[in-house]
Parts: sequence; structure tokens; C-alpha cells
Amino acid sequence: MTAQQPATEVEKKTLPIVDYLHLPQSSEEEPYLWGNKCKSCGAVYVGSRMACSKCTSQELEQVRFSNVGEIWTFGVVHQAPPDVPTPFIAAIVDLPEGASVRATVTGLDPNQPGRSWFGKKVQMYVEKAYTSKQGDDIITYKYRPVEGG
Amino acid sequence: MREVAIAGVGMMKYGRYPDKYVHELGAEAVLEACKDAGISVKDAQLLVSGNLLQARFMVGQRILQQIGQTGIPVVNVANACATGSTAVREAYLAVGAGACDIAVAVGSEQMGKMGLLGGRSDDPYGRGHTTEGHAGSNIMPTVFGQAGVEHMRKYGTTFEQFAKVAYKNHKHSVLNPLAQYQQEFPLEEIMNARMITWPNTLYMCCPTGDGAGAVVLMSADKARQHTSAPVILAASILTSDPWTERDLALADISTLTRMAAQQAYKQAGIGPEDLDLVELHDCFATAELLHYENLGLCGDGEGGRAIDEGWFTYGGKTPVNVSGGLLSRGHPLGATGACGIAEVVWHLRGQAGKRQVEGAKVGLAHVIGMGSACTINIMKR
Repeated sequence: MTAQQPATEVEKKTLPIVDYLHLPQSSEEEPYLWGNKCKSCGAVYVGSRMACSKCTSQELEQVRFSNVGEIWTFGVVHQAPPDVPTPFIAAIVDLPEGASVRATVTGLDPNQPGRSWFGKKVQMYVEKAYTSKQGDDIITYKYRPVEGG
Repeated sequence: MREVAIAGVGMMKYGRYPDKYVHELGAEAVLEACKDAGISVKDAQLLVSGNLLQARFMVGQRILQQIGQTGIPVVNVANACATGSTAVREAYLAVGAGACDIAVAVGSEQMGKMGLLGGRSDDPYGRGHTTEGHAGSNIMPTVFGQAGVEHMRKYGTTFEQFAKVAYKNHKHSVLNPLAQYQQEFPLEEIMNARMITWPNTLYMCCPTGDGAGAVVLMSADKARQHTSAPVILAASILTSDPWTERDLALADISTLTRMAAQQAYKQAGIGPEDLDLVELHDCFATAELLHYENLGLCGDGEGGRAIDEGWFTYGGKTPVNVSGGLLSRGHPLGATGACGIAEVVWHLRGQAGKRQVEGAKVGLAHVIGMGSACTINIMKR
């Protein structure tokens, strides 16, 4: 008997979990988060934008976010959908370019939340989150403390 | 805008009503409010119905189909948890503008055992991948957990201080026969209860449930034909979330509340020190503490100390959530906004039974609908 390759294997795609996560297209590239900055007032947004909601200007420029940010605040989630291990740290990460993003933070003990987490420098990385109903690999971004941080 | 009075209120005890339809809950509340106002359903010239989960299913019309199809204008409104109070405000605006003399606002909700809320919206093309857990968390317990932790960061507020909010509200609920839960819990038990999203444990989160509340609004002149001391709706304010730095990542429940509070106090011609009682939006214990400061009941950063010193219960500076709040009275989403108003009205009239705040003359009802909306209603008698 020969092993048969399921049809979905051929068409399987690797997709970002959100559209503001850019996945590398080659081995030289790094993944990154992107957004928009208002040319008029300087407000910065994660992801796509129709207009600046601070000043209503429609003059925006794309921004690539650095991969190191800081924890602004967090919650520790103990009740989550069945495929998500708990407890996990759900943080708001401030990015140096002036926007903030929701993210899961790993590498810290979720049972020991503490003041030391405020302002902690964290580094973005990507990993597979799950396989979608269509059979695609869905990739997410997460953050973990910077080496030696 | 002419002066608007609240001539009648009605509220169903929150709980679970699997044998009733949501329009029956709403209809009962409307009948009670009309009776309280001394009017017939036939006298209502406008019905504003707030309902979130069945927002597209004509709940307002279904209510009238039960109790009086008079052909009046019916508006169905939705504004997340601020649905019921937004309904009241729409009715207030119509009466105040002279579009009608008598309007009824009703908020109703039937939730079943819904569990955690928030996280996703329905997309007709099924776009997007679920992010919950994989890219942070967007469910309500997390949003309010993060907001509480932000307060810890800024001011050193502690988990225990947040737990004291829940202790207070659960204790208050024992005196409220309309509350879904009427049980006091020792502080230790609240702190050791199952953690939902740190720092909110199970008893620091509002339950899901069913319920309805209704308010009859009338021009103040008309109300004075029936009573020498009508309850006046001195301010009815609605705000949405203005741009703030992190609002799109962590919903900012404070800025829009402060804006609404400022407008409400100005319109009502009072300050927070004049309030005899407050019913505010304690969907989670962390939220309430932030709102003490947002509503000016204490200074910024003082919330923790204030709860420690008992400012917000009987005998304190300003009784907050003597109804038991959302935490114990319950939170059928579309109903809550109308019921907070009903609660204040009862106190102003001296009809709040065992939980009566003595001599109450001025009260404030506050709600936040995530997404976001904030209503503040100030009532005077």
C-alpha cells in the first residue's frame, strides 16, 4: 500500500493570524508587525487604516514596528477556549514607534504576576497557533523577555 | 429642551427565565412602569426598546404585540451594556424636544448560560482567525483585568482592594429582593475563589442572566399634574470612546466616563459631592474602583484607600451600588442601563425598602458599553 498525500497538503498555506503580522517571504527576512502613522498629527496605529481617528486626516504612511517592546499592563487568563493552555499572560505591549498591541507573553511564570513585569522589555517571535478549518497553518506572534532582561 | 421627569419605573428580578420569552420580560417591566406612573400603555407615544442579543429581531414591536399595539413609533436600540440607558436617553430626548409628552424606555435581555463574552464579532464572509489566547486576549474579564493592573501600576492598588469592592457589593445585595444573587461572601472567600483573569476571581465578575427594566418619561409639567415632587432627569449624557493612546489595544473605560461625568455634572448643575447615591458599572470589581475616580467620587489614585476606609457603603461618603451592583444584582446586558435608573428613582422616592439610602435627593446612574459607550443619568427630586 502506498501512502496517499491528502489533497489539502498540496494547497496548504501558511497564514498570519492577523493581517498586521508580516511573515517572512524568504529565509533572509524576519517577521514583523506593521501599522500606519498619521502624517498630520503623528498618531500611530497597528494594522491598516482608512484615516487617522485622532485628527481625521487621511494622509498616512506605513510603519514597520520594531520587534522589541515593553509590557504596559497585563492580565493572567485562567479561563480560555479549549485549545489554549491556561493560565497564560495576556499583555498590552508598547512598541517604540508609538503604538500598543495585544499579545500573549511567555517566559514568565503566570502564577507569579508582579510589579517587575511592568516595563519589562520583551522580544517578538512567531510560532504556529493552530491549523485552520481549511487546513492552513495559522502563525501567531508572541513576546518573551529579552535575553538577560 | 424642556424639563423631563421620570414618572414611573419597573424592574423584573434578575434571574433565569427559561419559560419566558425576552419580549415577555420586557412587557412585564413596561406594564409595571406604566402602572407606577399611573398611565395606561395607550398613553405612551413612543417606545424605545433596548436589547442587545436580539437587536435585529424587533423586540420593541414584540413587546407591544403583547400589551398594546397602538401603532406608536418603536425604536430598537443597541449600545452593548449601555443599551438600556441609551434607550432611556432616546426617550428623554424625544420628550425634551417636545416630539411627544410621554415616552417609555425598556431594556431587556435573555442570555441563557452564555459564559465568557467578547473576543470576536460575526463576519458575514468568515474572515479572520480567532486570536483568543494565541495573540493576547480580548474577552471581557481580560480587558477589565488589564485595566485593573494598569491601576496597580500607576497607584499601587492591590488585589485585596479590588476584592473589597466585590465584598461590598455582595454584602449590599442581601437587602435587595430584586438581585439575582443575595449572598454575602467573606473577603477571603472572594480572594480565593476560582480565578477568571487575574486579578478578577469568579465573585469579582458579574453573572449572566435574564431581566428587564422600564422607565416612563414625561414632560415635567405633565408629571407635576400627578405629583408635587416628580423625579427630574436633570442630565442624560452619552459619550463614545475618544482617541486615546492605547484605546484600540486596551479599551479605555476612563476617558469617556470622565467626559460624560463632566458634561452630566454641568448639565445638572451639581458636583460629585452632591450625590447621595451612585449606581455605577461594576461589570468587574476592577472596573468599579476605576470609576470611583472617573466619576470624581475620590481623587485619582485614591480609589484603593477610599475602599479601605469604607467611603462607598452606608454611612460613608457616597453609597455606591447599594443594589448589589452588576456583580450580585446581575447584568442582563440590555436591561442593566434601565434598571440602574430605576434603582436610583426608588431611593429618591423613599421606596427602596431595607436598602434605602436615607434622605436621598440626588442620584447618578452610570453604565459603560464596551466598544465603547458611556451613559450617565443624574436624577433629582
